[in-house]
Amino acid sequence: MLTMQGVSKSFLGVRVLHDVELDLERGEVHALVGENGAGKSTLMKILAGEHIPDTGTITIDGTAHTFTHPAQAQTAGIGIIHQEFALLPHRTVAENVFLGREPVRRGLVDRKAMERRTGELLAEIDETGITPRTLVRELSVARQQTVEIAKALASDVRVLVMDEPTAPLADHESELLAALVRRLAARGLGILYISHRLPEVFDLSRRITVLKDGRRVTTLRTAETTADEVVRGMVGRELTAYYPPRARPEEIGAERLTVTGGGNARIHDMNLTLRAGEVVGVAGLQGSGRTSLARALFGAAPFTTGRMTVGGTPLRPRRPRQAIRAGIALVTEDRKTEGLALHQSVRDNALLVTRAVSPRGGPPTGREITALLERVRLQARGEDQQALYLSGGNQQKVVIAKWLAARPQVLLFDEPTRGVDVGAKAAIHTLVRELAREGLAVLIISSELPELIGMSDRILVMSEGRLVGELPADAEEESIMRLATSGRRGGREEAA
Amino acid sequence: MTATEPGRLVPPRAGVRLRRIRLGDPVVGVWLAALTVTLLGWIVVAARGGDFLTTTNAVAILQNSVALGLVAVGQSAVILTGSLDLSVAYLISLGTLVAAETMASGGVVTAVIAVLALSAAVGLANGLIVTGLKVNAFIATLGTAFILRGWIEDNYTGPAGKVPASFQHLGYDRVGPVPVSVFLLAAVAAAVWFLTRRTRLGHHMYATGGDEHAARLSGVRTRRTVVIAHIICSLCVGAAALFLAARLGAGAPWAGTEARYDLESIAAVVLGGTALAGGRGGVAGTLGGVLVLAVLDSVFNQLAVDPFFKNVVRGVVIIAAVAVYARPRRAAKGRPTA
Repeated sequence: MLTMQGVSKSFLGVRVLHDVELDLERGEVHALVGENGAGKSTLMKILAGEHIPDTGTITIDGTAHTFTHPAQAQTAGIGIIHQEFALLPHRTVAENVFLGREPVRRGLVDRKAMERRTGELLAEIDETGITPRTLVRELSVARQQTVEIAKALASDVRVLVMDEPTAPLADHESELLAALVRRLAARGLGILYISHRLPEVFDLSRRITVLKDGRRVTTLRTAETTADEVVRGMVGRELTAYYPPRARPEEIGAERLTVTGGGNARIHDMNLTLRAGEVVGVAGLQGSGRTSLARALFGAAPFTTGRMTVGGTPLRPRRPRQAIRAGIALVTEDRKTEGLALHQSVRDNALLVTRAVSPRGGPPTGREITALLERVRLQARGEDQQALYLSGGNQQKVVIAKWLAARPQVLLFDEPTRGVDVGAKAAIHTLVRELAREGLAVLIISSELPELIGMSDRILVMSEGRLVGELPADAEEESIMRLATSGRRGGREEAA
Repeated sequence: MTATEPGRLVPPRAGVRLRRIRLGDPVVGVWLAALTVTLLGWIVVAARGGDFLTTTNAVAILQNSVALGLVAVGQSAVILTGSLDLSVAYLISLGTLVAAETMASGGVVTAVIAVLALSAAVGLANGLIVTGLKVNAFIATLGTAFILRGWIEDNYTGPAGKVPASFQHLGYDRVGPVPVSVFLLAAVAAAVWFLTRRTRLGHHMYATGGDEHAARLSGVRTRRTVVIAHIICSLCVGAAALFLAARLGAGAPWAGTEARYDLESIAAVVLGGTALAGGRGGVAGTLGGVLVLAVLDSVFNQLAVDPFFKNVVRGVVIIAAVAVYARPRRAAKGRPTA
């Protein structure tokens, strides 16, 4: 149904796609995998009409196309679910679903028809909790994604491209999404599914195309291949030990941070202790208060009740600056808006924190920064490169370097490997464990249970703003999920 | 997808007919503010032995709102789209001059066409500079403002042209107690309101202002939308120029700049709850903003207060309004708690 042939593209003389071939059949889920920087996004943007390819053809149902504006790709039947949603938060669901193709009657936008058809589309994909008149900003991330999907379906798509659709979702939401993807494929849509998460790729796809360094390495039938083979194609080597070994009991030392009865508008009665040398994982569904906990510890959305000590001294930070001074660092879940000054250089970004808050022992020297960037295994053209042009994994490494420059005692990570490729992920995992071994107290929040289980020395589970349980290092996914979904009211609409 | 939410199943059509009036809505807020200012003015003026709520005074307030109203309505269109127009003041001046001179030599109809054509051309130029050359709207329209100013200063030293009595009706006639010009403002405002709220173009204006990238990815021709918004704005400014020419009886190089229509119009738009970043707000709020400013003016005139004090109050009102809008509303803005 869809064929891309000999697609090449260069930016500023750098070739990012080399003669890529791809074909998609009706009713097929075709997975596109590859590390960040492999060219997946560029390929997708070419399909979306956002980039114009230098060479190559796109054929849909026998008709050749050259897209120069996203509108043309839409008309040709291509729908894209972007990783960063293309939604307008202050407009209604219906207005978003029909954006760019509002139904018109006698020259005027037919609001009624628009809302009725939005309702029908949502019903078709079994989404009953969203009304067409709701403002998008009032919806949870998962539901915003549903709106994106409805939006694609509204334009009579034949090919649906999904870019890391499960990245912002918690596990149970991902399962619902997978079910939806299957239903859409069963209706005859061709689905191009881009993902870092191999289990779901194997779960959903009929074929897998592996990209590396802008070239197609291979296209495999999912039923006839293994995760190892796919990973080998992606990284060009075998990845055996995914997670570094956990802490031995004698490596876990003094209390670095304690909270007793901490609470604010979103979280209640928090009691926890972080110790030197230990990695503590926090599990929970989206909206369970995981991020709120991190933000409270960091003073960004402070605790209003309870007691807290940092390094043995009582301190309940009321703003990030106080927390930073006390040696707390927070790697936020959104590095682009909260972690980096995207248009500044790698070096300036690494100095972001220490220029604002001078760490104990004085500001880091240029040499120390260089050493730090090496330590986090940053792959960049140089320290002058703008953070904007780094891959997700390398951007994350810069964020980590920025915090290490401040010589923290407590490191908080919120989704440390979201949107990060396999290679960088392993590097970050190794680094986190190294830091713990050097005596830092680490807290990791993650929606990816395997990561949480693989990395943590113990796991705290949150539900509805409360800590509902603590599990040992080798907990099973099922027991975590059981606790995480144990809340009285079931999953609650997140206070977005 | 999150089907795990019992109790959230809202009947699909609930709330469709019933649009509750929300106090947090800036449009409601600004009209309430206009009402409050009027009441306060009435009380204060009455306390001084005057009478504020007379027909004459109400008519005067409306009459005084017309020029700013027209400009501010146009300004709303560009600001909604995420742009801005600082050239409006000089365009008004030039518009009155062109109108009066053309009317002196040619006919009224030719003059109206000439002014609107000039306005459309300036709007087109602004739009193309902003979208094509990708110059920030602030600088782009400041540039056109300088160019227009240069032209005016080079060619005119004082009032020029003459507006015939037939056209001055627009400035002075009344239907019953209501000035004709108020109908002009009402018509233009209604047209722009209709355009922004009921047409595709309007939806695309909100989308472009809200998130240009998202709009583009949804197939919206964002550049075209911005250009058209600039043309709409300039046409409204042209209408204001025609009204002022009728009022003054001639063209004047200071017609637009003396009253600072550039910054005043932006103030009115912002006061009316339109986000300066675009994508939120609209004409209804802007008219409220214009009314607040006009009522304040009237109160101060009646009380004959010190112009310094008057400006201080205006400044405070504008800052206070924006500070109120900036306050996170319930369930709005907040960060996603994961």
